[in-house]
Amino acid sequence: MTVQDGHHGAEVAERTEKRWAMISIIIIVMLVLLAAFAGIHQATMPQARVETTDPARLHLSGEFVESNLGTAAEADGTVTVRAIGQQYSFTPSCILVPAQTPVTLRATSADVVHGILIQGTNVNTMLVPGYVSEQFMRFEKTGDHLMPCQEFCSFGHEGMWGKVKVIDKTEFASRAKNRGRLSCVGE
Amino acid sequence: MLVNRKLILAHFWLAFGGFGLALLLGAWQMFVRSPLYAWISNPEWYYRSLTAHGTVMGYVFPTLVAMGFGYAITESALQQRLVGVRWAWAGFWLIVLGAVMAMVPVALGRASVLYTFYPPLIGNAFYYVGVVLVVVGSWIWVALMSINLRVWRREHPGEPVPLAMFANVAGSYLWAWTAVGAALELLLQIIPVALGWKTTIDAGLARVFFSWTLHAIVYFWLMPTYIAYYTIVPRAIGGRLYSDSMGRIAFILFLIVAMPIGIHHTFADPQVGAGFKFIHSAFTALVALPTLLTVFTICASVEIAGRLRGGRGLFGWIAVLPWKNPIMLAVAFSFVLLGFGGAGGLINMSYQLDTTVHNTQWITGHFHLIFGGAIVIMYFAIAYDLWPHLTGRALPDLRLARAQLWLWFVGMIVTTFPWHWVGILGMPRRMAYYDYADPAISPQAFSVTLSAIGAIILLISGLLFLFILATAHRQTATEAGAYRFSVAVHPPTTVPIALNTFALWVALMIGLTVTNYGYPIAVLASRPDTSVPAVYVGAQ
Repeated sequence: MTVQDGHHGAEVAERTEKRWAMISIIIIVMLVLLAAFAGIHQATMPQARVETTDPARLHLSGEFVESNLGTAAEADGTVTVRAIGQQYSFTPSCILVPAQTPVTLRATSADVVHGILIQGTNVNTMLVPGYVSEQFMRFEKTGDHLMPCQEFCSFGHEGMWGKVKVIDKTEFASRAKNRGRLSCVGE
Repeated sequence: MLVNRKLILAHFWLAFGGFGLALLLGAWQMFVRSPLYAWISNPEWYYRSLTAHGTVMGYVFPTLVAMGFGYAITESALQQRLVGVRWAWAGFWLIVLGAVMAMVPVALGRASVLYTFYPPLIGNAFYYVGVVLVVVGSWIWVALMSINLRVWRREHPGEPVPLAMFANVAGSYLWAWTAVGAALELLLQIIPVALGWKTTIDAGLARVFFSWTLHAIVYFWLMPTYIAYYTIVPRAIGGRLYSDSMGRIAFILFLIVAMPIGIHHTFADPQVGAGFKFIHSAFTALVALPTLLTVFTICASVEIAGRLRGGRGLFGWIAVLPWKNPIMLAVAFSFVLLGFGGAGGLINMSYQLDTTVHNTQWITGHFHLIFGGAIVIMYFAIAYDLWPHLTGRALPDLRLARAQLWLWFVGMIVTTFPWHWVGILGMPRRMAYYDYADPAISPQAFSVTLSAIGAIILLISGLLFLFILATAHRQTATEAGAYRFSVAVHPPTTVPIALNTFALWVALMIGLTVTNYGYPIAVLASRPDTSVPAVYVGAQ
């Protein structure tokens, strides 16, 4: 390319520019289509509904009362985990789930904004007081994962770490026989 | 024709002084939470420091750079004296007052809520009022930019507005509108609670308001950098700007699409529905367009400089570029870091990929790479380029400036690359310490140590930068001549009215924000059951 003056040079410059602009637009459209395709065909989708709950009354009634927290085996073979975050711990602090099973995580915060992040997975959600967070997960392998709070929640934030223990499906089934709420706290 | 040099220097010095202090805090934070240091005895100090670091780096430093640079552009590109100098000083002193008012409660540990506020955590009211004053001070600047352009237009009817000023005014409008999100959150939600008039707050709505500001503010930070790419770099390296109109289009695109994309910051939030998350994700992809256009135009402009210097062949023009010129070095470094940072941004923009990195150290690494890397390195370049015109003295030694830029570039890579990596490993953000003895965390120890070393390199570079600027004031006087901006290969003689005015684009900016934010905000604001009790920080 040489620096050209006059009408011809301006035309060449404009043509080149337009070509590049087209390439840029194609790149962007491709990215959006890719994201849309992944969204439709993969399991990771944002939660569809906005649900609210009163953090001041969590302990009194409703699904987040203490006796209902932990892992519940549902009649259809899936599993539901209910948990809350509060300054500076999760309840239950160790979440027990079976491998190779669809798991629904339902969680909320009792005070400020917290977050749940399960290391080694893409399970990652905010806990905003007043709202219920729902995530669908599935763990292929047994093992332990750390579960830190991922949002600053005041001076004890650095100490807010939970754990997720993934155990064998049959072992989980035998422990779930009495239909209680399971956790791995103290194990 | 830089008349109000004192005003511009005051803005730059306050900006860079604050930057130096915040950089010191940042380096200290990197050090104490790394394996190089035993556990911090009082984690609360860490969050104090983090609040100060974020507030100064996010709100005070870039705002002052944009303002000082904006005044310099007004006087030199429009070649007219700044109208409203007293107001400009009033804006400056409001920022000083606001910054001090905000930092006192932070220093006392009464407002360790971090610069993102995130209620229902509530700190001392003076902190929030101080931040509001900083924003109000900057809004005076926005008004002055608009007024000065109007004065110029009256005397030059129909002439194309110089690109530097066109971009500068676009940046000021972008800031005025993006600050509205956080302003609504502060004035309607947080400050009434901080003052004790109310005791409950909708934490979800607050996060949506804040996301309106939080993403577009990055493009406000970016504006001086992009203005420097288009209007300083080609002139400083002896080239020409490839296309004046493409520059205008890029700045207009930033104005329109920077705002209606912020909900990607709330991908993992329960209070926003899936539909608006997808819309904002798609719009976020769109914001890559002005950057892709800019990369082309600036590379082409730099190539022109290389060819004019006798460079031949496909890549021969690169070798002959004036690499000893700090501006050349800065733009090259900035582009490399922008490339990596931009690629990371494209990852964050997708809901599916974001779930693996959301609120991990990846995100901190990402925005330090974009802001500290691509953006701030051009702030250095702007200062080096303007300083002789402001002080009437040449820079002491270009070797020092080059060393400073190299240190910053290397420091940024050493800091942010391992930072991204530990984010992929799942290390959460904003923690005062980590238990590296835990077998699940110990693999991250080496990367965190590297990052901390990078932070020390950055600190040395930042101090060197301040040293260069300070010693420049004591050099022998020289005549730097008029401050000029790049000339386009085909300088515009007439410009379509759409590329010379803002009315249509500002209307589109507001309209798109209303369509993309109006519904989520209206739904949350009208729900009666979403307010939760405030949790006061530092009140114990």
